Amino acid sequence: MKKKLTKGSVMILSALHKEGVEIVFGFPGGAVLPLYDQLYDDPIKHLLVRHEQAAVHAADGYARVTGKPGVVFATSGPGATNLVTGIANAYMDSVPLVIITGQVPKSFIGTDAFQEADITGITIPVTKHNYLVKNIEELPEILSEAFYIASSGRRGPVLIDVPKDIFDQEAYFDYNCQCDIPGYKPTYKGHVGQVSRAVKAIRDARKPVIFGGGGLIRSEASAALCDLAETAQIPVILSLMGLGAYPGDKPLFLGMPGMHGSVTANYALTEADLIIATGVRFDDRVTGKIESFAKNAKIIHIDIDPAEIGKNVAIDIPIVGDVKLVLEELVRKLRPGDTADWLKQIYTWQEKYPMPLGACSDDKGLKPQFVIRELSRLSGKNTIVATDVGQHQMWSAQHFIVREPCTFLTSGGLGTMGYGFPAAIGAKLAAPDKKVICISGDGSFQMNIQELATAVHNDIDLTIAIINNKYLGMVRQWQDIFYDKRYSYTSMEGSPDFVRVAEAYGAKGLRAANNKEATDAIEQALNTKGPVLIDFIVAPEENVYPMVAPNHPINDIIIGGDQE
Amino acid sequence: MKHILAVLVENKPGALTRVSGLFSRRGFNIENIAVGETLTPGISRMTITVEGSETLIEQVMKQLHKLINVIRVSNLSAEPSVMRELMLIKVRAEVGNRSDIQQIVETFRGKVVDVSPNSMVIEITGNEEKMEAINLLLEHYGILEIVRTGKVALLRGSKITKEA
Ligand SMILES: Cc1ncc(C[n+]2csc(CCOP(=O)(O)OP(=O)(O)O)c2C)c(N)n1
Ligand SMILES: [Mg+2]
Repeated sequence: MKKKLTKGSVMILSALHKEGVEIVFGFPGGAVLPLYDQLYDDPIKHLLVRHEQAAVHAADGYARVTGKPGVVFATSGPGATNLVTGIANAYMDSVPLVIITGQVPKSFIGTDAFQEADITGITIPVTKHNYLVKNIEELPEILSEAFYIASSGRRGPVLIDVPKDIFDQEAYFDYNCQCDIPGYKPTYKGHVGQVSRAVKAIRDARKPVIFGGGGLIRSEASAALCDLAETAQIPVILSLMGLGAYPGDKPLFLGMPGMHGSVTANYALTEADLIIATGVRFDDRVTGKIESFAKNAKIIHIDIDPAEIGKNVAIDIPIVGDVKLVLEELVRKLRPGDTADWLKQIYTWQEKYPMPLGACSDDKGLKPQFVIRELSRLSGKNTIVATDVGQHQMWSAQHFIVREPCTFLTSGGLGTMGYGFPAAIGAKLAAPDKKVICISGDGSFQMNIQELATAVHNDIDLTIAIINNKYLGMVRQWQDIFYDKRYSYTSMEGSPDFVRVAEAYGAKGLRAANNKEATDAIEQALNTKGPVLIDFIVAPEENVYPMVAPNHPINDIIIGGDQE
Repeated sequence: MKHILAVLVENKPGALTRVSGLFSRRGFNIENIAVGETLTPGISRMTITVEGSETLIEQVMKQLHKLINVIRVSNLSAEPSVMRELMLIKVRAEVGNRSDIQQIVETFRGKVVDVSPNSMVIEITGNEEKMEAINLLLEHYGILEIVRTGKVALLRGSKITKEA
């Protein structure tokens, strides 16, 4: 085939086609004008958001649901800096993204030109890798590397900064999806010797637990995980990021560990003689006081990222590799041990310590736990939940039954208020056949409330459930417990009437202040097309329990959270 | 303990920033860093001296390895290696004490590379102790300025630190 000269903007869109990209999330501006001009006639869809942060979160939600990289376009300067929170969020949660920003023309770089920001410099710490395109000839290789790096190994965001003049320059376009990068060779297959040691450790264990995280979801390891758990009768604990990797309604599932985890999960990790950690990174919210974490256990740690192994916790059997491949290998060689007594102990804990259903008396308002349970019950299977950050996030993790991978989207690592709503929009575009519910707080929702316009204009069919406690509830809870109830600037007094805000944007708005209204509103919302917002007026001072105080051993858990 | 790491990096824009930024970002203490070309075009070698426990160094090495532009990381302190640093010292030197200084320089196998009416510039290579020793002796005459390249190191014997 004869090669012909191709413009930079055309190269970018051709690369997107070759990578199977169907939709771009973005917001235009001066420095990306040539790219948007090219997009005007292209079959690739574009979702126009109302703030660039939302474009990244929406692409992130899309990527978490499809497993494919989410793609973002934004302009230079403020457009690019508005992306930073979203990028950091995706980086912490290992979400594959390819972000293309316009930059001032090459000859202006470094002069503090209008709308110039050193976005590659700014995002080094929060991207897996990034590029500033210096000449058009290197653009094809950069594009293919970016997609390859974002979507292989430990996933992550990759940013490409393209000076405006490069979009219009021409070069030969030779696109090769297979790249060879000398400094980037992820290990996929687990070390045979280590896998054998793990098999032996599992056979010898009497009190084993599986502790899985987001890595299980990113590597599509759910089936292998279920095989391991069920064949060897080993209970499963999932981190916030791992929820859905194992069905939340199965008896072997013990819930989430750590600060707001279940009592059983925390007791089990503390008492276990073997922890099979898969695709987790032993975050401080999970381990509590690190010196007392899992003191009785041998730890097998399977992860694609060697730097996670031994970072926070000493590991007995490290296995670097793709979680799915390693688990499949483990299952093939598996010799189950005897876990009957251990399971008996675990079921005793589970019976004794169910998740608390709320301590505030009924006259104080709806119980947030009830709302989440109703959302879970009425939406049933085939639902994707995207949460914001705060108490409502923890209640969602505790009470929403997550049955499948890629159906619980939440900002785990960065804890970004404002993530949930745009992520839900991205999720709906990724999975039009699934119900999508955004569970947000009255504080968090206001961080990206402007996206109601995006949802309405694009007729995104989703339910927004605002757990309205009139507070930055999670912060208020800490002030309640650790700061003598001095509620310093955590009241959300002055918030708008969310129902009327929804209506002003052209969405449907509902309000619920008691159990019956809640159930009715949820039913109505789930049966209405288009975006529906429900404002749940809940008991303002309800706290999330169980709770482990920061830097306490995780079995030192405050149980509370039920009416006396 | 001090560790000397040899880091082979692709000569791409920003590669050095990524490496040095990693240290401040993750709270690792760089004592020393030296960069130069290797035999392979497009690949530079950074020699980085870091202080820390075995576990910390392991984490430093793994984090360095995660950088896409980093091709190879090896800990030269784990094996027998030779380490050198070059220092230039500008010392006050009047006519009367020049030969004394000259003698010190010779003892340390250094070189006088510049002489002016009241100063000399001395070039010295060696390890940390040698640098400190000569500094101590020359202080007596008045050191005006020094500059050091940072340490570089190679494994002893025929083994090499290759890209692949
Ligand atoms: C962008 C951002 N700013 C601040 C915080 C700190 N923070 C964590 S939870 C929280 C309260 C969130 O309030 P709301 O959305 O109403 O949720 P609630 O806890 O009341 O359920 C705050 C302020 C954060 N996580 N993210
Ligand atoms: Mg709130």
